[in-house]
Amino acid sequence: MANEAGAAASRARMATGPGAGARLLVADDNKVNRLLMTRSLELLGHKVATAENGRVALEMLRSATYDLVLLDMEMPELDGFGVLEQMAADNQLRSLPVIVTSSLEGVADIVRCIELGADDYLHKPVNPVLLKARINSSLEKKRLRDQQQELIKRFATSEVADDLQESGFALGGRRVRATVMFSDIRGFTALVESQSPEETIELLNTYYTLMFDAITGQGGVVNQMIGDGLMAIFGAPQALTDSPLAAVRAALDMVEMIDLFNVERVGMDKEPIRIGIGIASGEVVAGYTGTQQRATYTCIGDTVNLAARLEAHTKEVQRGILLDGDTQAALGDKVPLDALGKVMFKGKSVAVPVYAVKAQAQR
Amino acid sequence: MPDTIDKNTFSELQEAAGAEFVTELVDTFLEEAPGMLAELRGAMDAQQADKFRRAAHSLKSNCHTFGVTRLGAMARELEANGLESGAGALDALEAHYAEAASDLKELSRGE
Repeated sequence: MANEAGAAASRARMATGPGAGARLLVADDNKVNRLLMTRSLELLGHKVATAENGRVALEMLRSATYDLVLLDMEMPELDGFGVLEQMAADNQLRSLPVIVTSSLEGVADIVRCIELGADDYLHKPVNPVLLKARINSSLEKKRLRDQQQELIKRFATSEVADDLQESGFALGGRRVRATVMFSDIRGFTALVESQSPEETIELLNTYYTLMFDAITGQGGVVNQMIGDGLMAIFGAPQALTDSPLAAVRAALDMVEMIDLFNVERVGMDKEPIRIGIGIASGEVVAGYTGTQQRATYTCIGDTVNLAARLEAHTKEVQRGILLDGDTQAALGDKVPLDALGKVMFKGKSVAVPVYAVKAQAQR
Repeated sequence: MPDTIDKNTFSELQEAAGAEFVTELVDTFLEEAPGMLAELRGAMDAQQADKFRRAAHSLKSNCHTFGVTRLGAMARELEANGLESGAGALDALEAHYAEAASDLKELSRGE
C-alpha cells in the first residue's frame, strides 16, 4: 500500500504543470489506447475529449475549441495523415498544435507527420514523463503564438497577421511597389494647449479608431503612429490589385469620417478638427524591422519621404489630400484632381508634380 | 510468471496510471482482444491487407502497453509481413493468446 500512496503523491505532483487545465482531443481507434491516454492526461490536470477515428476527430475540431490534439496515425475511415492534411488546409485549425502518438515503424512516416505540420512525435507506449514535457511545451508554444497573433492584430489587419504567421516573422526586406500615406491633424499643438490632457487622449483614441477603420477597410496597414500623425502602407505586405486607388479611397473615407466626427464635436461646442493627407506611390523597401523582441512592418525609400513632404505641403496649399505623379498616373480619371504644378521639396534634386483631390470628390 | 509478460513494464504502468485503473484497462483489453483476433482472421480469409495490418498494429500497440512481450512480438511480425504471414503464424498467435490473457489477468489482480 505504501507503493500505492507514493504513486498517488507522484500523480498529484504531476497535476500541477504550467499548462494544466487545457482542453485536449485524443484521436485513437483503439479503446485501450484511448482510455489510457485519457487517464494520463487527466492525471496531468487536463480536460479530455476522444474520437475513435479521423473523420470524427475533424468534426469535433470544427465544432468546439481545443488547445491541443493527440493523434494516432493508424485509424479507419480517415487516418492521422488525412487529419493532418485537412488541418493544414483549414485556416481555423492550421495553428492548432498536434502531437502524433503512434507505434509507427521507421523514420519515414514520422518525418511525414512532421512535414504535414505535427508539432511532435511520441512513440507508443507513451512514457508519462515525456508526455507531460511534450504537452507542456506544445501548450506553451501555442500560448506564445496566440499572444503574438493578438499583438500583431493590434497594428495590422488579419491578412497581415496571416502573412506574418506564414513568413515566420522573417526580418528580411524586399523591394515592392506600394503606396504610402501620411496623415496628421492640422493645428493639433494649439488644440492640445486649449484642452485638458484627458480630452486630448480621448480625441486621439477616437481619431485613431476612425482612421484605422478607413485604412484597413481599403486593405492598408497602419504601421506608425506618432502623436497625431500616422503612416500607412497600401500594397505591402499583401499585394493589392490597385494600391494607389485603395489609398486615395481610404483618404476620402478618412476625410468623410472626420466630417461626421466634426458634426458631433460642434454639437458639443468643441472646435472641429481638420486633417492633411499626403500620398505617394513607387518602389519601397519593405520588411519587418527591429529586433526579435520588438519588430514592426515598415517601408523605407524616396516614396516614403515624398509622401511625408506632401502631407506637410497640405498646410501650404490649404488642400486636404495631395498626391504625387505616380499615384495620379495610376488613378487615371477615376478621381477628379487639380494639377498644382511642380514643387521643389526639401531633400529632392528635382521639382515633382503635385496633385490635389478636388473638393467635390470629398463629398 | 513465464516469459509472456514483462513485469517491469506492467508495474511501471501501474505506477503511472494507478493499479486500480490498470485492472480496469486490462479488462477492457481482454474484452477487445478477441475482436482483434477475429478481425485478423477475417481479413486474412478475405485477403484485406490494410485491415489485416491495422488489426495487427492495434494488437501490438496494446501488448506493448501492458508488457505482453511475446504476443506483442508475434503481432508485430504479422503487421510487418501482412498477408504474407500465412495461416500458420496466425494460428500460433491465437494459440498463444489464451496463455497470455490468463497471465495478464492474474497479474492485474495482484496474483
